[in-house]
Amino acid sequence: MLLGPALFVSAALFTLGVFGVLLRRNAIVIFMCVELMLNAVNLTFVALAQRLGVAGQLFVFFVMAVAAAEAAVGLAIILAIYRHRGTVNLQNINLLKG
Amino acid sequence: MSASALQLLWLVPALPLAGFVLNGALALWRPNAKAAVSTIGVGALVLAFAAATAAVAEFARLHQAAPLVFRYWEWMPVGDLRLDFALQFDQLSAVMALVVTGVGALIHLFSVGYMHEDAGYARYFAYLNLFVFFMLMLVLGASFPVMFVGWEGVGLCSYLLIGFWFTEQINADAGKKAFIVNRIGDSGFLIAMFLIFRATGALDFGPVFGRAQAVFPAAGTTITAVTLLLFLGCAGKSAQIPLYTWLPDAMQGPTPVSALIHAATMVTAGVYLVARCNVLFALSPLGSAAVAGVGALTALFAATIALKQWDIKRVLAYSTISQLGYMFLGVGTGAYAAGIFHLVTHAFFKALLFLGSGSVIQALHHAYHATHSHDDAQDMRNMGGLRRYLPWTATLMWIATLAIAGIPPLSGFFSKDAILGAAFALATAEPIWYVYWAMGVAAALLTAFYMTRLMLYTFHGPTRTGEQERQHLHEAPWVMTGPLLVLGLLSLSGGLLNLPELMGGGAFLHHWLEPVTALADRMRPAVELSRVVEWALLSGAVGVAALGIFGAVRLLKPEALLPARLAPPETGLGRLLWKKWYVDELYDAIIVRPLQWLAREVLWKSIDARLVDGLIVNGSATASRALGWLGSRLQTGEVGFYVVLFVVGVLLLVGGAVR
Repeated sequence: MLLGPALFVSAALFTLGVFGVLLRRNAIVIFMCVELMLNAVNLTFVALAQRLGVAGQLFVFFVMAVAAAEAAVGLAIILAIYRHRGTVNLQNINLLKG
Repeated sequence: MSASALQLLWLVPALPLAGFVLNGALALWRPNAKAAVSTIGVGALVLAFAAATAAVAEFARLHQAAPLVFRYWEWMPVGDLRLDFALQFDQLSAVMALVVTGVGALIHLFSVGYMHEDAGYARYFAYLNLFVFFMLMLVLGASFPVMFVGWEGVGLCSYLLIGFWFTEQINADAGKKAFIVNRIGDSGFLIAMFLIFRATGALDFGPVFGRAQAVFPAAGTTITAVTLLLFLGCAGKSAQIPLYTWLPDAMQGPTPVSALIHAATMVTAGVYLVARCNVLFALSPLGSAAVAGVGALTALFAATIALKQWDIKRVLAYSTISQLGYMFLGVGTGAYAAGIFHLVTHAFFKALLFLGSGSVIQALHHAYHATHSHDDAQDMRNMGGLRRYLPWTATLMWIATLAIAGIPPLSGFFSKDAILGAAFALATAEPIWYVYWAMGVAAALLTAFYMTRLMLYTFHGPTRTGEQERQHLHEAPWVMTGPLLVLGLLSLSGGLLNLPELMGGGAFLHHWLEPVTALADRMRPAVELSRVVEWALLSGAVGVAALGIFGAVRLLKPEALLPARLAPPETGLGRLLWKKWYVDELYDAIIVRPLQWLAREVLWKSIDARLVDGLIVNGSATASRALGWLGSRLQTGEVGFYVVLFVVGVLLLVGGAVR
């Protein structure tokens, strides 16, 4: 497997995720972009594991476990906000300002 | 030989302290148990006097030259300084302890009659006992710090007793004035102690005086500074120029307090201090000359003011200042025995004069009280002819007056003459003492004059007290005239203590004190007057005193005097003297007001209100609030904004790490 293209794809995915988080307003979409970034990192781990040993692949499982937990908590929070405010548009959710 | 009485020396100060504790407890919980208060208050003093007498008798039998030091416990072990709480008994302490407890006991007894109607009776005796305790610590202490404890303690009691009737503003102010003026002097005492410790490494009297000659070069800067600073302390405590102004105001306290604290004992503490430190003063001719010069000047200056005062107690107050000046002239001259001799005789006759004036004031006060008059019971213009109503008081006060004026063979004649003689003798070696001597003689003339004036206006001529009041005037009870009688006998015979050798006497006190002053006596030039000169001085002194009395009798017209309500204001020089040379006003203008201005305008309004409160306290609050406001602008509440910042931050960090 070619290392260069793999890293390029993961970088592209990561960048997509970052811009999604920065530019989108919907909490669910932002959430999905975060997942995208996590998986971009996972791809990097797997790609590099071929050269640097199996530890990278091991990390992927950790990341997936944490991402699952994060998805549970994050979705629960988004649901709670939606019930409370009737919207998940982050522009309207700005009570914590100084 | 056993020294049992001396082993019990601690009892002498402990008894008045116990009296203070008991009377203080009674003042708090049983203020009306007057019989118990009197028994404790007077009893403590009588027992202390007995203990002191026994100790002195024992000490005299030992023929001890060096002071006996009793160490009780380690007080301040700090670094190189190992200070014990110790009492010391020597010839000088013996004299002072006898005077303090003896005269103190008489005045306590007098107070039983004088203060009997007062609501604060128990409090009064508690303070008075506490005062005697501190005074005994002062004269019995074996080191400068122990003495300083007593020194400050008597100042505290003086403050408490001057302001005893503190519900009147004027009394409270007088107490504060005494306390504050004394602080100025005490700062000098403290600095002198520091200098002594730095030079000698000790604060106990024995080592300090023992090492003084080796450590301090004679007439050096350090020793001169030490003596002048010590004398500043003395000037505060003993009411000498320039710090004398508190003593006349101190007359706001009860009259027995004036007799005990402000005439007989506390104000003589400065004289005692100079006599105690005789070695230090002998090493500094300038310091000694300052003591003698200030003393002579004070003696003359205060006597001029006394000429025109109308308040009977203020006359006596200025007289006290003047007589204290004599004592300082004596100890500054190196005639320590003469100074202490005058201290003792002055304690007798001035206590008698004050207590006698108390008896007069109380008689008038009762009379005015009975007729609801608001006239001043202390103004001599409201008195006159009182010898018909108060015969005992009048007779005894005449004895004291003749004694203070210096009429032989009363006590004051011998002590005053001893001082003037010593000053004249030293003048043959140091001519400046001729000036001091002349001032002393002039003050003696004025003393005779103003004291005769006081007696004439109070006891002779027509009675200026109102018609109705006259029926209420009567002699004081025996509990008051009894102490007067004893003091009268002492004023008559006090001269026997130190009859000069010129008259075939033994100069007992002089020889008694010789071990204390031996070292200093050797350092001073030996001066002897021929017998002819001594006799001439003696007769001159008697002539001056007689002239003063005769002049007062001829010049003053008690029958022409008007009661205080009708009296016209003074004019010319009389007004200047009546207004006390405007010294209080002068101090007010050049010291008090500038200080108040400094305190209010600079220290309070500028430094405290603007700098501390405004800039530092409120300024730091304003600065943190401004910073907080800036920080809060970042908290928009929009997650997107935070994320942008976060990403930018990560890029910066990563960029920095990669580069």
